[in-house]
Amino acid sequence: MMDSKIPEGDIADKWSNYKNHAKLINPANRKKLNIIVVGTGLAGASCAASLAEQGYNVKSFCFQDSARRAHSVAAQGGVNAAKNYKNDGDSVYRMFYDTIKGGDFRSREANVYRLAECSLALIDQAVAQGVPFAREYGGYLNNRSFGGVQVSRTFYARGQTGQQLMIGAYQALMRQVAVGKVKTYTRHEMLDLVLVDGKAKGIIARNLETGALERHAANAVVLATGGYGKVYYLSTLAMGCNTSAIWRAHKKGAFMSGVSWIQFHPTCLPQIGETQSKLTLMSESLRNDGRIWVPKKANDERTPNEIPEEERDYYLERRYPAFGNLSPRDIASRAAKERIDAGCGVGPMKNAVCLDFSKAIKEQGKDKIEEKYGNLFRMYDKINGVNAYKEPMLISPAAHFTMGGLWVDYDLMTTIPGLFALGEANFSDHGANRLGANSLLQSCVDGYFIAPYTIPNFLAGEAKVEKVTTDHPAFAAAEETIKKQIEQFLNAKGHLSADHFHKTLGKLLYDKCGLSRTKESLEDAIVELKALKKSFDKDVKITGDGQMNSELEKAGRVSDFLELGELMCHDALQREESCGAHFREEYQTPDGEAVRNDEDFCYVSAWEWKGEGKKPELHKEPLIFEAVALTVRSYK
Amino acid sequence: MKQTTLIYKMIMAATGLFLCFFLVIHLLGNLQLLLPEAEARAQFNWYSHLLSGNILIKIISYVLYLSLIGHAVYALLITLKNNKANGQKYAYDKRGSVSTWNSRNMGILGAIILIFLVIHFKDYWYEYKFGGLPLDGKGNKDLYAIVISSFQQGWYIIIYEISFLALGFHLLHGFFSATRTIGLYHPKYAKAVRVFGWIYSLLITLGFMLIPLYIYFNLNL
Amino acid sequence: MKLYLKVWRQEHRESKGKMIDYEVGGISVHMSFLEMLDMLNERLIQKGERVIEFDHDCREGICGACGMMINGRAHGPLSGTTTCQLHMRSFKDGETVYIEPFRAAAFPVLRDLKIDRSSFDHIIQAGGYISTSTGQAPEANSLPISHDTTEAAFDAAACIGCGACVATCKNSSAALFTSAKVSHLVLLPQGKLESANRVIKMVNQMDEEGFGHCSNTEACEVECPQEISVLHIGRMNFHYNKALILRK
Repeated sequence: MMDSKIPEGDIADKWSNYKNHAKLINPANRKKLNIIVVGTGLAGASCAASLAEQGYNVKSFCFQDSARRAHSVAAQGGVNAAKNYKNDGDSVYRMFYDTIKGGDFRSREANVYRLAECSLALIDQAVAQGVPFAREYGGYLNNRSFGGVQVSRTFYARGQTGQQLMIGAYQALMRQVAVGKVKTYTRHEMLDLVLVDGKAKGIIARNLETGALERHAANAVVLATGGYGKVYYLSTLAMGCNTSAIWRAHKKGAFMSGVSWIQFHPTCLPQIGETQSKLTLMSESLRNDGRIWVPKKANDERTPNEIPEEERDYYLERRYPAFGNLSPRDIASRAAKERIDAGCGVGPMKNAVCLDFSKAIKEQGKDKIEEKYGNLFRMYDKINGVNAYKEPMLISPAAHFTMGGLWVDYDLMTTIPGLFALGEANFSDHGANRLGANSLLQSCVDGYFIAPYTIPNFLAGEAKVEKVTTDHPAFAAAEETIKKQIEQFLNAKGHLSADHFHKTLGKLLYDKCGLSRTKESLEDAIVELKALKKSFDKDVKITGDGQMNSELEKAGRVSDFLELGELMCHDALQREESCGAHFREEYQTPDGEAVRNDEDFCYVSAWEWKGEGKKPELHKEPLIFEAVALTVRSYK
Repeated sequence: MKQTTLIYKMIMAATGLFLCFFLVIHLLGNLQLLLPEAEARAQFNWYSHLLSGNILIKIISYVLYLSLIGHAVYALLITLKNNKANGQKYAYDKRGSVSTWNSRNMGILGAIILIFLVIHFKDYWYEYKFGGLPLDGKGNKDLYAIVISSFQQGWYIIIYEISFLALGFHLLHGFFSATRTIGLYHPKYAKAVRVFGWIYSLLITLGFMLIPLYIYFNLNL
Repeated sequence: MKLYLKVWRQEHRESKGKMIDYEVGGISVHMSFLEMLDMLNERLIQKGERVIEFDHDCREGICGACGMMINGRAHGPLSGTTTCQLHMRSFKDGETVYIEPFRAAAFPVLRDLKIDRSSFDHIIQAGGYISTSTGQAPEANSLPISHDTTEAAFDAAACIGCGACVATCKNSSAALFTSAKVSHLVLLPQGKLESANRVIKMVNQMDEEGFGHCSNTEACEVECPQEISVLHIGRMNFHYNKALILRK
């Protein structure tokens, strides 16, 4: 049984209780404590900056060439906060409820409540940093609505909210670099976690320019390394997004949860060719004004504009009249897949649906639509060479966000003492499905407001523990393992590139552990993945040397993805219910809605690594709902 | 105070703008050459005399010399810094396609103008100050006569016309660039200044170009 | 379609590089430029050669990682576009395409097309932030900011830090990058307090890093993927001059 260390008290008081009783460290002693933060996205940068502001010494790592580029920059739509500026009935409780319900009752109540509670401070924080959120003409902050909720609580900065929040966090980080409290290690990739007496005491990082392996010791290690949706190869993620940091921590003893809960974003650009490397996301905010449809007739060869109104099937409006085009992501994605599988898809590969703005343009005028989404329309034009003011955008679901990640307790600490996981890298607040605009929120809240309380609380108990240096044999051992792996890659005599395996893996997972899964598909996948991993070890080919070498970097990541893929399938196989993004075809109503099984599966699955080739071991954290009643999640 | 390149640029802008102002005065003075001959001779020589005698004008002329030297010296310093900042050259360079030719080649244009100035100073300024000029009817040095005689030669006119063209392109970029460097950023006024800069450059260039041609054709036809 | 590539290959920081020829056939017009390079790299692996190193990450034009000179222009022939958003439909069959890293003394080449842009980070470290620590913020709506001010600040804040402005500048000036940050922060009331100090420090740092001066050719605005206006440079100059004049 997992202990999530939820504080006492009423749900609304838990976080205050925690903060009131958290242990503190005297400012003079903070200077003596070192913290490693891996990842410089919103969670990593905000955490590193906030801890440095408190006086800790922080080392910040990222594989990118600058701390400003992490994939948080790509989030377009916005960030939620229960400010109730629109006076439309929003509150912390309602936001909490929406998030719990959106996550299909598979998240921890106390964490979710804290997320909603801290959302208020985040907006204040971001504005103080100079994030140019959209404003009304009176000068006050503006909001828009987002999928899965009926209030307007999303703050946004055009279609570049993630970028603007990211720049805010990056600047806060740079400020701490300037005063010497943070040292950044860009173009560095964490390749192993170092444990001393069972506690996280450092990392082995590879300098991606010179290829040198470096040892870094610290009193605590924070992983804010983002999600692993790139496991599907084609996804909305950046090419460098990977699972290596958390996977290697997992192999050192940190449990993983919700591993197969992966959100497919309904509004992405479809695949149009075999060499495609990326499925670009078009912000979900487009669904505020765009209407989604497919031809009523299957295999319709006409172009979208040739299909008359009465022959269009606005399937979201038809199936979910209350939420319509703003249905939550998992539902919208699955509904699209259902129509595409039925042969009603559009586009050259018949793998897309239409997102139509003609009604909105008629009602609001082209200028208004341009003001709201101009950059998205431009982006669409750049990629496809199509003017979306004149014809519908073609969109399709794509792997986007991983609700799963390292299991963390209320302190965001993993099962390894001293190892924290923040942002998308952890499993915690989104349950089986994340609501739009909650991901920026979670990363920021974890980094700015939670970790800066919980990490010192942990460190306070550690202050008297002997200081670990990189001379410790554990560092030498970890470095040796990594060195061996790198040599193995460079000496491999295979004939296939790392990308080849990555693409094969992605296709396999899309088919068998994607938007929907079955027992058979998952069992097949596990067998195939084992074979694929074997083939990878034998057949991969890496050219170049041990210095700057992107193929070598890829090989390490793909190797971890292959192992992770197997765990995803185990996780999906074991959970015999449909919940949120996890849709098991065996568990659905006659009209295709998910059937959750609260009797048997109202728990978090936490998986323990048992060694290469061994079946992972399941641990359970029961989910106890006190503040909300479990209901069937309906958006009809 | 740290001498940043931006301060260098500020010096370029300030001296440049002063020179722009001077060009207006210079052109207005020179336009007297277009008057009927007798009138022009008297007035032009009187005006030249006025410029050499007045203490205020003297101060301004020193500012002018300083501006000219400063403008050229700092241009050189900036260019040197510039080469250092560029590092290795591109093997294939089409960057020029996104900006105007004159904006990229202010140095070349400036160098042409500098050479012109050496000739110009030698032939008039030096002659006026140190050469033995005859006096006109009113007792002023007869600069008019020198001007008219020098503009009888076709090659001399060609040098002048080419230099004025260089000046025109230099001004076309220089004037607006200086206002940007000084800190004009309001889109409305930046646009207005740009239009003003075009008109200014056009008038100055055409004005200066007209004079030698007028004299040459007026006297030879 | 088929292209004849001439690509800059360089082993490491200190070594000398040169242009190497590659023939790439089987290119589809729907491919992005980087996907074309992926394809070339895949073939290099098959031949046992070291792949061409290039920076890229999000491939949707926002992270700012990618950037190369393509046929002598920053991010290739289209204006306002990152390299990752450039598609092969912008090229003709049989064309020769030159690919080089962004060049400037302040952007040393690491390997092939990868460069070191940490000089940009240093400029931000010099003052490109609002000095607020976590927890200090007042209620967000207690400070109304006009719609237009916010939009103008956003226009400047949209910079992705790719370095195309420097690469395309005949003087390798970082004026557009630096001024975008100065402008973003000085336009907002939160950022005004520190503006004098900020602009001086950032301009000094720009020099320190070895960037050249701005001669207002305005090429940077054309090549900037976010189409950041050169007027921000004017605003930076204004605040710099003001700070110089008014400082005690």
